[in-house]
Amino acid sequence: MATTVIETRPDVLIDFDKESQGDVRTEEMLINMGPQHPATHGVLRVVLRTDGELILESVPHIGYLHRCAEKIGENLQPYQFIPYTDRMDYLAGMNNNQAYAIAIEQLVGIEVPERALYIRMIFAELNRIASHLVAFGTYGLDMGAFTPFLYSFREREMILDLFESACGARLTYSYINVGGVHDDLPDKFLDVLLEYLDYFEPKVAEYNQLLSYNHIFVKRTANVGVISAADAVGWALTGPVLRGSGVNWDLRKSTPYEIYDRFEFDVPVGLPGGSEGVPQSVVVGDCWCRYMVRVLEMLQSCRIIRQAIKQMPDGPHLAGKLKNLKLPDDEIYVEIENPRGQLGFYVRGDGSTIPARVKARGPSFCNISILNHVGSGCLLADIPAIVGSIDIVMGEVDR
Amino acid sequence: MTQMSVPWRPRGKVRYTGLSGLIAGFARAIYGMAAPVVRAFPGSILLGAIFTVILVGWAHFLLFEFADNHLIGADSNISAVRGFLGAELTLAEIENGLAVAGAPAPGVLQYAFYPIQFRIVRDLLSAGGILGFISVIPLYTIWWERKVAGRIQSRTGPMRVGGWHGWSQSMADGIKLINKEDFVPDHADGVLFRLAPYVAFVPAILAFFALPFGTYWVFRELDVALVFILAMLGIEVLGVILAGWASNNKWSVYGAMREACQMVSYEIPMGMALLIPVMAVGTLSMTEIGNVQGDGWTSWIVFRNPFTFAAAVVYYVAALASCKRAPFDLPESESELVSGFHTEYSGFRWSLFFFGEYAAMFVVSGLCVILFLGAWHSPLPMSLADRFLGDDLLSRAAKGLFFSGPLWFVLKCVWLLYVQIWIRWTLPRIRIDQVLYACIQYMLPLMMVILLGHTLYELLVPVHGIVWTFFNIALSVIGGAVMLFLVSIACYGYLNRVKLVGWLGVETLPGS
Repeated sequence: MATTVIETRPDVLIDFDKESQGDVRTEEMLINMGPQHPATHGVLRVVLRTDGELILESVPHIGYLHRCAEKIGENLQPYQFIPYTDRMDYLAGMNNNQAYAIAIEQLVGIEVPERALYIRMIFAELNRIASHLVAFGTYGLDMGAFTPFLYSFREREMILDLFESACGARLTYSYINVGGVHDDLPDKFLDVLLEYLDYFEPKVAEYNQLLSYNHIFVKRTANVGVISAADAVGWALTGPVLRGSGVNWDLRKSTPYEIYDRFEFDVPVGLPGGSEGVPQSVVVGDCWCRYMVRVLEMLQSCRIIRQAIKQMPDGPHLAGKLKNLKLPDDEIYVEIENPRGQLGFYVRGDGSTIPARVKARGPSFCNISILNHVGSGCLLADIPAIVGSIDIVMGEVDR
Repeated sequence: MTQMSVPWRPRGKVRYTGLSGLIAGFARAIYGMAAPVVRAFPGSILLGAIFTVILVGWAHFLLFEFADNHLIGADSNISAVRGFLGAELTLAEIENGLAVAGAPAPGVLQYAFYPIQFRIVRDLLSAGGILGFISVIPLYTIWWERKVAGRIQSRTGPMRVGGWHGWSQSMADGIKLINKEDFVPDHADGVLFRLAPYVAFVPAILAFFALPFGTYWVFRELDVALVFILAMLGIEVLGVILAGWASNNKWSVYGAMREACQMVSYEIPMGMALLIPVMAVGTLSMTEIGNVQGDGWTSWIVFRNPFTFAAAVVYYVAALASCKRAPFDLPESESELVSGFHTEYSGFRWSLFFFGEYAAMFVVSGLCVILFLGAWHSPLPMSLADRFLGDDLLSRAAKGLFFSGPLWFVLKCVWLLYVQIWIRWTLPRIRIDQVLYACIQYMLPLMMVILLGHTLYELLVPVHGIVWTFFNIALSVIGGAVMLFLVSIACYGYLNRVKLVGWLGVETLPGS
């Protein structure tokens, strides 16, 4: 059993063998956190072995939301499977659509129109902001701060309004499709979007004031659930969890897909305490770093969207037909940077219109696997902090 | 598998007969008459109700005073008792009873007021008043908390029930809770499970019996009122622990154990902080402690010297922990322990916990007000009132309104309640080890230093000397400035509420 937190925080350890006196008997307790628990973000079940408030072991059990997404993909044409990808990571539907669409396009060899690429990228980044807003808000909720949650949902609501104006849906978009996007942008969409960005960017400073640098919040999250860079790479963590551990790895930057190589943006990574804008008690790879990477990524997404609006070309938004594409007898594996990490799709065609095999690599699924590693040796109240900072979506863990 | 009752199984319609039928019919008739009126004038009815409560409380005391002034003579007492027992009264006896010397009111009234001279009757009347007050306070604090939370979170809070800003939302919730299923989980300790809410709720009421709202506005004038109230707040914790243990739920046990841990850590600094005003005044009687602070706001104990000021702050922090309010709401921390000690509770029992919690919030605020913040006195000195106001009814009313009275006590308590709400909706929750560290490692030594410092200060610094006056005036000015600042922020927030909430809250929400 790994004991990273025990090593860094020996002050929380109570040695019951030494402390118990006389006939007082202490014993470990097994307790189920979930599948119905307010802090497990869905139907995650964590079996905790506890010694009072101290957690000795926290084993995640999954599978309560399994819906055979991959098997469904092997029975439908790619354009029909797009709506199912929405349901995987339901907070980042656009990004899921995009991943599957890119996989099919590369397999079949479809040239996506320039305008569609820009629209896709704007929506993927907007969805990244929306998804990180939920992560930010619910993380405050896990810490017992109710107000940031309402603020973040207020801002997310406006993004959903933008999505609704473009594709008519607010959660399961199915907007990005094989060969482009389903519909062209509505009139004045880009103006409203710019207006929103002007409104949103100052709000991040407000969030930082309210939550990020709140003394209690830093006390709760700094030096809690520390994942070292080696551990993060070793456990195949991706996304903000990996970058929170100080590893500068973002697929948008390191192996740019679509048109990400045309934009300037930074990749925020976890910094040690005492650096600029980082409280003294923070350690690289703790919950505060993972949380802060998301907050900073929202600003970087705004930066990308601003550049994309300037470069937006005219032209068609969809390359030819969607239906009855002949998938060649070949295979492809594509990964893109989802808000939660690298979402990969493996697709193998057999000459028909229906894929012979579809396999998804969900970032939440891989990220949650480290829970027992960092979650043993912490306190009970740290478990929601760690689960929240890993930011899982159970729809994607179970698929 | 737990055997649960099946709500969809058809049940016979309840038929009310006899007395219950009469009561049900009466309730229906009142509802039929009152509902249209309440719907038409909700806001004015609410304000009217508040004023009526104040007037009724005041009339109560006038009544007692009247009864004291016009006691029926000994002879007529005997005849009155005989009259009650059914014996015949002679005409002469009645005339004798009516003609008490110097009675301005019609003599017949004296018979009506006759029972009020007995202590037990007065106690029953006052207990009824206190119970009514305790029922109203949580209802409106909950509604108000939801409104304040809504304002903080740029939404509106309850808007529908009752019309004006959802003012009867809590009452509707209460009716819903009472109607819920009487549910006790399998393998729970039935007796303790049923007992626990009362153990948590009753002490909160009992604390009100010793809490003075004004010089004469106290149910029982106790010499050790402070100790009594602290003891009652301590018993409340027992109810929480009992509830957690009896629920047969691991999360509830966690909540209960956290409450126990938290109690042993906050109770000591809290008790020590309460010793400071006791030392300053030299009595444990709350009424006396309150009465020495009547000389304007500079005479309030919190501004007396730096140590009392610090003690007031420490007391308020510990009081937050004692009411299980954020950031110390660990026993029921929603995101960690589901609902903590009341996970398995629902319906009426759950609402008792809530009533107990909000009543306790009022009690700790009341303690803070009486011991530190000038009790029931307004910031104006009482000497002004003595100079300008006489002793007639109107002057007394003006005195209560502007200088000293329960109204000021309730106002200050409500302000402190508001601060509790404000803190709850702003701050995240502290972890249990941090609570223990904060209370035992920082607050306890700090309180010891304050206690020692205050003792030496009282011993060495002459009262009304230069040093004493300097600190008194300086702290008073600081305190007044802080208060003005907060009030101006609140006014700014209220006047610019539409702008601050933003377009989403103003334009798109229904009922806004």
